[in-house]
Amino acid sequence: MTAEASTREAYGRTLIELGKQNKDIVVLDADLSLSTMTHLFAQEFPEHFFDCGLEEQNMIGIAAGLAASGKIVFASSFAVFASCRCFDQVRLCVSQPKLNVKIVATHGGISVGEDGASHHAIEDLSLYCALPSFTVIVPADAVETTKAVKAAAATYGPFYIRLSRPKTPLIYHEDLHFIVGKSVTLRRGKDVTIIAMGIMVAKALQAAQKLATQGIDSRVIDMHTLNPLDEKAIIKAASETGAIVVAEEHLAHGGLGSRVAQIVARQKPVPMAFVNLEDHYASSGKGEELLRRFGLTAEGIEEAAKQVVQKK
Amino acid sequence: MPNRTKVVSQDSTHSNPFDLSMPELEGMSRKLRRHIITMIATAGSGHPGGSLSAVDIIAALYFKIMHHDPCNPGWQDRDRFILSKGHGAPALYAVLAESEYFPVEELTTLRKLDSRLQGHADRNFTPGVEMSAGSLGHGLSFGIGIALAARLDERDYQTYVLLSDGECEEGQIWEAALSAAHFKLDNLTVAIDRNRQQLSGWTRNIMGIEPLNEKWQAFGWHTIETDGHRFNQILAAFKKAKTIKGRPTVIIANTIKGKGVSFMENNIEFHGKAPTPEEAKRALKELE
Repeated sequence: MTAEASTREAYGRTLIELGKQNKDIVVLDADLSLSTMTHLFAQEFPEHFFDCGLEEQNMIGIAAGLAASGKIVFASSFAVFASCRCFDQVRLCVSQPKLNVKIVATHGGISVGEDGASHHAIEDLSLYCALPSFTVIVPADAVETTKAVKAAAATYGPFYIRLSRPKTPLIYHEDLHFIVGKSVTLRRGKDVTIIAMGIMVAKALQAAQKLATQGIDSRVIDMHTLNPLDEKAIIKAASETGAIVVAEEHLAHGGLGSRVAQIVARQKPVPMAFVNLEDHYASSGKGEELLRRFGLTAEGIEEAAKQVVQKK
Repeated sequence: MPNRTKVVSQDSTHSNPFDLSMPELEGMSRKLRRHIITMIATAGSGHPGGSLSAVDIIAALYFKIMHHDPCNPGWQDRDRFILSKGHGAPALYAVLAESEYFPVEELTTLRKLDSRLQGHADRNFTPGVEMSAGSLGHGLSFGIGIALAARLDERDYQTYVLLSDGECEEGQIWEAALSAAHFKLDNLTVAIDRNRQQLSGWTRNIMGIEPLNEKWQAFGWHTIETDGHRFNQILAAFKKAKTIKGRPTVIIANTIKGKGVSFMENNIEFHGKAPTPEEAKRALKELE
């Protein structure tokens, strides 16, 4: 797992592919196209790309208008601006009318690093999961990103896809069979299940290897879709392994951990542990340094798994 | 009642399906106001002031200006009307009912459980309603998206967006104003229902927006000022707007909140309060 690739670059390249296949693809950005990689699409299809400037609220409304006119609209910005900055616009103009808008946000979480707390989107998934009509996806690597973006284009309705700033380890081969709302079990195990998303999936796999050397057999699930959640896989994991760790680059409240816990509490209560950001913001620093500071590491997951296994 | 046979089909040349004469428009205006009073009084809540100030602008569009087909609300070449001031929904519902998008009898279901006529305009519920509203400041951005789609698809429909003057306090309006001019959207026309009042009082006291005309000009728009209750002026403004090329047009329509009912005119009490049965009776008598 040494090979790495950029999820946002995978997004930009996939947009070009989609643009070649379908003339109804329209892409919007808010002056961040060089970072979100939508500029790759803009170069190929200048007439189907609109830079909305630093007007995220306006961009979402424009996206809704285009979608209501039959377009498949991708709107991109940094995750922090694509969620907090325009939430009312997303709610009224995209979510409630269930329009065909795909919000693909890059620079999710604290791995953004040096730009500091203002740029760390750690509430975005909670916000988007709160919207009834949204499909919310956090791909684990570049291959999964490509598949998720294609699935979003092919499926009518609002999507939020969160990508990362740094390159992420490649987990999948091109033959990945990606289904929205259906998790991927990357490792079978019977003692504990680690459910992760995004950059935490690779760390979960590392943790599982370490745990194996200590006699703990871990299942690892890539829960790429937060909404709708793969309830079946969660119930099965709770029943078969009896303990669950959820790892996410997000605040504790309202993210993947909360959502999995709801299902576990309702369907099959088992001990759970959470690797995430408690009630606080991070600060400037290198992405990896911040992840270490807040325990969003393979070691953090390993520790949580050992503790939760003891509670069984 | 307009003759249904006049309603356009997709094959016909562009025209308004009603094309009312000036006296017919005047009569329709009174009728629509009666609907508004009856609807809101029956519902027991709603926004009569801003519905009565906006209704003539909406009537001019649906009964004279716009190319639309009530039998086919999804007709791709229709002109679009977006009510951004969503609390003015009763005015739009009255116009849509009289345009035969749904039965007039349905108007009194306004705001009731399981009604298609929601408290604020909602595209999920009502035939002919292009966009949901209620949180202010959204409609112009949506209209820009529709106008851009027209350009991409090489369709020549027009997009009309109705804002309120108080709504121009929302920052998103100015984001949208910048971008519509930047994109040179001459297929987009905004009308501002300039009734000079908002929920808690006179707009000049709550948050001054003057000089409104100069602001829109500075943002790159062609501006037209008009009386928002005289049909000859409203129609002239919309016709002029269609001839302006290379930039969007805003029509600042000077209106009177509560227009047509003496005790509601310029009376801020009726921004968001339904008339009592007695008040409704008096209002309807004035509107005969």
